[in-house]
Amino acid sequence: MPEPVDARMRTGRSGFVEQGLWVAVAVLVPVCLHQIFQVVPTEGKMGVVQRIFYFHVPSAFAGFLGVGLCALCSALYLWKRDRRYDLVAHASAEIAVVFFTIVLLTGPIWARPVWGVWWTGEVRLTSTLVLWLMYAGYLILRRNAENPEQEARWGAVLGIVGALDLPIIYKSVEWWRGLHPKVLKVSGGQGLDPAMERGLMLCSLTFILLFALLLVLRCRAGALEDDLAALTRHAARRGAGAEPA
Amino acid sequence: MSYWRAILLVAGKDLRIELRSREQAVTLLFFALLVLVVFNFAFDFTVIDFVTLGPGVLWVAFMFSGVLALNRSFQNEREQDRIQGILLAPIDRSAFYLGKVAATTLFMAAVEAVLVPIAVVLFNFKFNGRIVLAILALVLNTVGFAAVGTLFSGMTTRTRRGDLLLPLLLFPAAVPIALSAVKTTSHLFAGHPLSRYASWLAMSAAYDLIFLAAAVLLIDHVLEE
Repeated sequence: MPEPVDARMRTGRSGFVEQGLWVAVAVLVPVCLHQIFQVVPTEGKMGVVQRIFYFHVPSAFAGFLGVGLCALCSALYLWKRDRRYDLVAHASAEIAVVFFTIVLLTGPIWARPVWGVWWTGEVRLTSTLVLWLMYAGYLILRRNAENPEQEARWGAVLGIVGALDLPIIYKSVEWWRGLHPKVLKVSGGQGLDPAMERGLMLCSLTFILLFALLLVLRCRAGALEDDLAALTRHAARRGAGAEPA
Repeated sequence: MSYWRAILLVAGKDLRIELRSREQAVTLLFFALLVLVVFNFAFDFTVIDFVTLGPGVLWVAFMFSGVLALNRSFQNEREQDRIQGILLAPIDRSAFYLGKVAATTLFMAAVEAVLVPIAVVLFNFKFNGRIVLAILALVLNTVGFAAVGTLFSGMTTRTRRGDLLLPLLLFPAAVPIALSAVKTTSHLFAGHPLSRYASWLAMSAAYDLIFLAAAVLLIDHVLEE
């Protein structure tokens, strides 16, 4: 019984959402760069290196969005067993790893002149590194699964376990050591200069839109991979099976 | 068959296989011992106080040998697809999982029980902490490690590179256990009052409960064929 492969070939073109996101990101990225390097004031004590903050923090936001979305879609996948949830979970984890790589690279560049060290045992550094290792492991496990269905199930289990583990990891590292600048009001800092806050908001928005764009692209690529696999199976069956009438 | 009896049967099966072959315990023990000896060479413990470095050294040995034990945990079932028999048996799959956790915990505890006295001799350390609390810390942290490790090894043993994959997944996820274990053990070795590390014990207990519960809910998806 050949699969109705033709009915699934709808993923080849970009949709309105994707096109809209392309436009938004293409406009916002230059605006952000202008903000970061021309508009926002230079921080008094740290100097110009502080401007890396506008890449560092929004990347962390986008990364956490990815981890959260991965956990949510993992749970939904185990519940509904709909392949689309798995595509989103996988894509979010992948993009989260990319954004957390940016966080882990920009952090030490900033820390070296400001704290005097590249790396310390500080809570957010350490827990972000652990998080990155965990989701890198998630991606490696998925690559090693025997079939797509097993890959999706395992990914979902790991996505949920990872999300449960994050607060505990954070808390344990916090108890173990405690030196990260707390600039945002929500985390107990004294707040930012209004111009800096506007810059941060704009950059965060841009990074989140960039995240969304990458997500849409990656999900479409995943769906295309599925289609390709289905076509390959279909072709193999036609080649191997009895000659169709 | 009751749920508890199923757990005991699965754990008992693994222990019986082990008692008859005595393959794993001896290997694990020697491996853990070697880790201690390597650390004994790597650091000069006549200069460094064992209280400072000892807890870390011990737990590295426990966790490395624990990963070896976990890698073997599903091996018997994977060979010749014996797992099909377990999955067809009229027991809950989470009972199968909990039995495996119990067996691994016992293997690790056996290694720990032998290794701690050896470490005391090897590093000329005088243990004056409270034995009961030390045992509690060992048990809480070992259960947590085995709980997450068994869930993961249920996945990784199916893959070709399983023995490489398991530590990759397990060590980041077990960071809270590693930190809690090392901190608790340092406080115990230093003879501090319980109030200094009670919160660490509580964290380990919470970790155990959260991940045992999560694994019981998720194990069906892991073991599904």
